[in-house]
This record gives sequence, structure tokens and C-alpha cells, in this order.
Amino acid sequence: MRQILTVANKEFHDGLRNRWLISITLIFALLSIGLTYFGAAASGAVGVASLSTTVASLASLAVFLIPLIALLLSYDSFVGEQESGTLLLLLTYPLSKSQLLLGKFIGQGSIIALATLLGFGSSAILLYFQLGDIQVLTSFSVFIVSAILLGLSFTAISYLISLSVSEKSKAAGFALITWFLFALAFDLALLALLVGVEQGITQAGLTQLMMLNPADIFRLVNLSGLDSSDVNGALAVAINASLSQGQLFSALLAWVALPLSIAIFIFKRKKL
Amino acid sequence: MSTPLVSLTDAGISYQQLDALKSVTMHLNQGEVMGLFGHNGAGKTTMMKLILGVISPSRGTVEVMGMAPDSKEAWHCRSKVGYLPENVSFYEQLTGLEVLTYFAKLKGFNKKQAIDLLEQVGITHAMKRQVKTYSKGMRQRLGLAQAFIGEPKLLLLDEPTVGLDPIATRDFYKTVDQLKSNGSSVILCSHVLPGVEQHIDRAMILSTGQLLAMGTLADLRQQAALPVAIKPFGLNGSVANDSKLNGFLTANCPNTLLVPEQEKMKVLRQLISHEGLDDLQVETANLEQVYQHFLSEHESGEKK
Repeated sequence: MRQILTVANKEFHDGLRNRWLISITLIFALLSIGLTYFGAAASGAVGVASLSTTVASLASLAVFLIPLIALLLSYDSFVGEQESGTLLLLLTYPLSKSQLLLGKFIGQGSIIALATLLGFGSSAILLYFQLGDIQVLTSFSVFIVSAILLGLSFTAISYLISLSVSEKSKAAGFALITWFLFALAFDLALLALLVGVEQGITQAGLTQLMMLNPADIFRLVNLSGLDSSDVNGALAVAINASLSQGQLFSALLAWVALPLSIAIFIFKRKKL
Repeated sequence: MSTPLVSLTDAGISYQQLDALKSVTMHLNQGEVMGLFGHNGAGKTTMMKLILGVISPSRGTVEVMGMAPDSKEAWHCRSKVGYLPENVSFYEQLTGLEVLTYFAKLKGFNKKQAIDLLEQVGITHAMKRQVKTYSKGMRQRLGLAQAFIGEPKLLLLDEPTVGLDPIATRDFYKTVDQLKSNGSSVILCSHVLPGVEQHIDRAMILSTGQLLAMGTLADLRQQAALPVAIKPFGLNGSVANDSKLNGFLTANCPNTLLVPEQEKMKVLRQLISHEGLDDLQVETANLEQVYQHFLSEHESGEKK
């Protein structure tokens, strides 16, 4: 455990040193405060929009940003150290491969988690003072926890990439493709399936398909509780057949644990 | 000296078709310094990885401190092993002290030991600076400090003196001698370097994954049967007329006698009996020549 914490501590400090924490926090805070205040601009008014509109806009924003940031933060975790030779050196230390991987995960995961908490938490507090509604805090807690899980999931996925390739530039390329697939292409494909193939898919089937994408699970978690007027696309259909929040959170958790376990498995078999 | 610290028995490793290391048998005793020589791709690094337990042998056995280094039981032995990889660039954005503290902590030591080690390798003045500002020599010193963490029982150093200036090289060998007298064993891996001879007990020569020769330098010299070069001064051609001596002269170096080791004293006595002799230079084959000899012998053997 001491070894894991040593690695985690180093990774966390790297995140501080590289200004990752501060810049992610700022991006999240600025965007969310902006959306909170000007989210109603589309309907012609400036001022605090309704809670459901705010959460809906924040969720659609986070679903693109968080995976991208997590992938950027972690894609070179292993391939970078492999290129500089420190990975080989670390493995001659009394440090197992899973300890190294979990240490990195805890360190980089904390950066993402902390940035999400601070960034989005700030607008939650702001909104709470404006609306004075306790509902704000519960909605935002769900949003922040699921956003953290989404970030952790993509951190684990980027370890998979980082361990499977042998060059940093390749890892960057794969990270970008992964982001494109999960954040954009997957939904377009679902929509195409829904529109193009008549009677091709049931509502329940669609929801099950959405479990294959952590970004969609995140959307389901945050949008299922809202008025459907704020939600459109494939999601609106899926929401009607929605699963319980508990099931959705378990699915997100699985999307953290599964890639992480596979990453450990790949790392153990990796030849150096 | 009961059991050897490191022993390889017919150990070999292959990747698909390629034999990175053919069967190698070697033993390293406590307090012994072994030089491991060979050109690029000879299998030096592969052998080090085997001993470190980062890779497992395809055949044969490897034992370090009585255990297979890739097994779980050998885990606690790892903090007693120091390794300097050939190409390593430490975390550039960290300071020297931060890098060394990180590695020291992973071996169960603290910042204080890290500072002491930086002092030992002589980069205390730069320890608060980021590694990216370091020169090649300073990086190498940092790497050495890293390998010395926790006074290891076994040190594996891959090209330790690359990038070091002569004074740093001398300091480095001093440290090796000191570690040796404390009972540590060292495996020094390098291309042949001038100056390494006095500091190693035995040498191993590898080529394309094969062990060509192993032994003390004297043993190797004897095996190679390289002649001693004797250069007399002031004889003005009387050597060529001396029937006992002119047989040792060769066409390309007319003033030098190339004498087999066992004939050396006889020839010297004969030379001294000449009145005109002013001076004598006797040169035994150095490590580099011995190395060249084994390599070229191996190559010509392969052609047949």
C-alpha cells in the first residue's frame, strides 16, 4: 500500500506541477458558471435558468470535455515512461505492476476528481444561493459523482491505450480516435439505427446498447430525472425505458473497474 | 563465499525465432566485480534483465541470492539490487532531489538518504534544479545515485561511464572499489573501456547472445595467446642478426618483437645481453586486444 501511495503522490504532484489541476478546474468553473447564468439566453432572457436546463446543458458539455481531458491527461502514462526508460527501471524496484498501475490511477484520478468537484461545485454553490432550493444540491451531487466516474472510466481506458502501443504519438492518435468514437460516433450510429431501420430496435434494446458507452450512461444518469422538454435525440427515447439510478451508477462503476482490470492484465503480460 | 550471489545455469532466452541469449552459465561471487563486454545487440542488456527478474528465461535457470529473481519470493531482495539502465531520462520536469526522493521512497528510504547520495555523486549544487537543465554527465551521476540507493548487495550497471568526464569516471571507479570492499558484487556492462581493467576481477565476453570467453584477465590473455610486444631501443639492427631473436620480428613492425607469453623472459634476457641496449618497452595485450581477438575468432569460426 505504501508503494501505491508513493506512486499516487508523485502522479498527483505532477498534475499540480503541470498546471493540469488548476486549468481543468478553471475550465469547468468558467463554463459551468457561464452556463448557469446565460443558459436561458436561448429563450431570450439573461439570468439564472431553471435547474433542469442548467443540468442538461452542463451534462451535454461535460460529456465531451471530461473524456477528452481524461484521455489527454493519461494517454502517455505508460508509453511515455517506457520511452524514457523509467518504466523498466521502476519494474526492477520492489514495486509490482499492479501497484504501479493503481498508484498512477489514484494519483491521476484524484486530479480529475478534484477538478470536477471544485469546478462544477462552484456553480452548484452559486446556484444554491440564487435559487435557495435544496434540490440544486442533490441534482449537482448526482451530476458531480457521475462526472467523476466518467473521468475515471476514461482514465482507465487511456491506460489500456498507453499499455497497448509502443510509441507516444500512436497513443495520442488512438486517444483521439477513442474520444471521437465514444463522444460522437456512437450516438450518431445509434440515431442512424433508430431512424434508418424501421422496427429495428426496441426501446429496451436501445437502452441496453447505450450501456456500451460510458458517455451515454453518464447522459442517462443526468437527464433521466429532468423534464423531457430539455432532452432530445436518441436519449429521449431511451429515457422512457430508463433504468434506475442505482443500475446506471453500477454500470458506470463497471466501466471504471473493467478497463482497469484489463489494463492490469495487459501490463502483466507486456514484454519490456 | 559459500553460494554464489548470482548464478545462471544454461540460461537462455528467445523471442520468436531470435535467440537473444543462448545458453549461458556463469556465477558471480560476493564482493566480485564482473565486466560484461560485447558490442550492441550482443545480449548484455538481456542478460541484465534476466538477472533483474524483469524477464524470465526461456530455458535454464537463473538464481539471485538463492532465488529465482522473477518469482514472488524474491520480492524483498529487490531493494538490495541496484540497476543503472543504459538509456534512461528521468522525469524532466522534476528536480534532481525530487527524482531521487521518489526512487528512494520506493525502496523504503527517505529524503535524507537521497540528499546523502546526491552528495556522494557530487551534484548537491544542482539538486534543486529541474532535471531538464542537467548536462549528460549530471544525468548519469543522478542515475548512479539512483543505483546506489540502500547500499545494494548487487549492482548492475549498464554503460556507467558514458558521458562522464575523466574526473567523474575516476570517482565512479573509486565508488565501485569501495562497494566491492564492502562486500557488494558488481556487474559492469560496457563496450571495452580504457581504465576498466584494474577494477574488474573477471570479464565475460558476449557476442550475438553467445558467451565467447569468461575468466580473469590473465586467464583470458592466456586463452587468447596474444603475444607480448617488446620494443628495444639502441640496438641498431643487431636484433635482425641475432638468430635467437629475429624469428620474432614481423614485416609490419620491424622494430618490435612479438613474443609469446612463455618466451618472454628468455627473449628479455637475450636482449639485455646485447651491449647497446638503452631502453625496453614491454606491452602485454590489453583488454581491448583480448576482446578483439575473441570477436574475430568467433566471426571467422562462423564463416566456416
